[in-house]
Amino acid sequence: MSAARALGAILMREAARFVTQRERFFAALVRPLVWLFVFAAGFRAALGLSIQPPYRTYITYETYIAPGLCGMILLFSAMQSSLSLVNDRESGVMRLMLTAPWPRWFLLGAKLLAGALVGLIQVAAFLAIAALYGIKFTWAGYGAMLPAAALSALMLGALGLVLSARVRQLENFAGIMNFVIFPMFFLSSALYPIWKMQESSPLLAWICRINPFTHGVELIRFALYGQLNALALAVVCGAGALFFALALWGYEPARTKG
Amino acid sequence: MIRTLLLTTLLAGPALADEIWVTNEMDDTVSVIDAKTLTLKTTYPTGERPRGVTFSKDFKYLFICASDSDAVQVMDPNTGEILHDLPSGEDPEQFVLSPDNRTLYIANEDDAITTVVDTETRRVVAQIDVGVEPEGMGISPDGAIQVTTSETTNMAHWIDTASHKIISNSLVDSRPRHAEFSPDGAQLWVSSEIGGTVTVFDTETKAEIGKISFEIKGVQPEKLQPVGMKFSPDATRVFVALGPANHLAVINVADLSVEKYILVGRRVWHMAISPDQTRLFTTNGVSGDVTAIDLASLEPVATIQVGRFPWGAAARPTDN
Repeated sequence: MSAARALGAILMREAARFVTQRERFFAALVRPLVWLFVFAAGFRAALGLSIQPPYRTYITYETYIAPGLCGMILLFSAMQSSLSLVNDRESGVMRLMLTAPWPRWFLLGAKLLAGALVGLIQVAAFLAIAALYGIKFTWAGYGAMLPAAALSALMLGALGLVLSARVRQLENFAGIMNFVIFPMFFLSSALYPIWKMQESSPLLAWICRINPFTHGVELIRFALYGQLNALALAVVCGAGALFFALALWGYEPARTKG
Repeated sequence: MIRTLLLTTLLAGPALADEIWVTNEMDDTVSVIDAKTLTLKTTYPTGERPRGVTFSKDFKYLFICASDSDAVQVMDPNTGEILHDLPSGEDPEQFVLSPDNRTLYIANEDDAITTVVDTETRRVVAQIDVGVEPEGMGISPDGAIQVTTSETTNMAHWIDTASHKIISNSLVDSRPRHAEFSPDGAQLWVSSEIGGTVTVFDTETKAEIGKISFEIKGVQPEKLQPVGMKFSPDATRVFVALGPANHLAVINVADLSVEKYILVGRRVWHMAISPDQTRLFTTNGVSGDVTAIDLASLEPVATIQVGRFPWGAAARPTDN
């Protein structure tokens, strides 16, 4: 069996799961759209947010949270993907996969890649609907967004792998997800600019700044405007590598017995 | 097509670095913005509380209403030097330069008069009694009719420039602050700040053609306060600055409908169009900046920090 075939099999499995669970796709889209249409509209920031990079002029709140909602999609998608790993473990599919004659990093990497692809498709669909709603970016922006979102997706996916290595049962995973997703999402720059957070609490602003999810969102935000946020890129790559290393360590045979 | 292109190239001559000049009401300065790079070029001091601002038709002089200095100042735009003051009456807020490039019509807010000044002899030619708190100043393209709006009387006064007499008065909604003739002279547009409307008149009959009101989702109606107005270069659209609503309204001249609202800085006052006619610039009083809008896409491009409370704006092409 070639590496390409193994990778293809894992990708196909993820794709099949994605296609057969159509409601999952819609649920993944509805969530950020509700935020965009209901939350952002209710926020009443129709008078414009202060200018900060990468923006060059005043923007509406809807425009501000669009990259944050892309991040939200990737976060949920990554957690969903790792949830399926826990499911695989319970059902015995994982044992099958891990006994394939390929190094562990390759199998986990393929799984990670598959999950990231699914997330990217969802982000693309979300941005298409947002564009119909009037939140548009340039084609160059959309082009630059793809690698930025892919890196963020890989980083979040790797975090999901770490969690899935530590959790044995599906029931426990739901709890973990709440402990990871909500703080990561709310304590980031996805919904509010960090300077706004700074005004209410410097501690919260500090947490936002060290949250890798913030950097994933900022990487996407800058990319949508054709700009590179070097710090965000460094943090996303660094955190992604660290999480993946932790996941490999967590999935070592000695630790996954039972 | 080729002929047009050639003609345009010939007329344009060397590369033009267009400038937008903005008066900063609280800083007593004018800021000069490079209309291409969208950066602040320089700042020159002026008299106190500069508001209305306009260039002479040959761009040799910049006229500035220094309201609290009770003067209209004449600046050399190449050096930023104030050459001299013109007599203006008290508290000049807005003015309009006649197409003859010589006569200046100045609104004296505190005295309820419109002062007519000859910029060459530097003398007051006439003073015309108008309503209380005159402000908006418009002049027909042929220079025959000057319109002064008075904020408290809620009227547009049509003044015959030959006789310096009011020939007609038109009632508009509360606090009219700006008057603008269409480039063909057929229509007069008057914005009412408190009334929240723009009234359009037929110049010939002086009858009201239509009235435009505004609505922006998520913005309280009382914040929709139309002030400055500007016709697009092709005269198919009018841009209306909506003050504390932080938006411009784009109005279709053909049917007087609002096509679009464009988000700009806080408390938008007045506008200028770059001489190459590609961008519109707005002065945002409270946020102390100027927003540049691409006229083709009607999207804001950038916002440039200037002094405190930018108010008036004027454009000039420069050979560099």
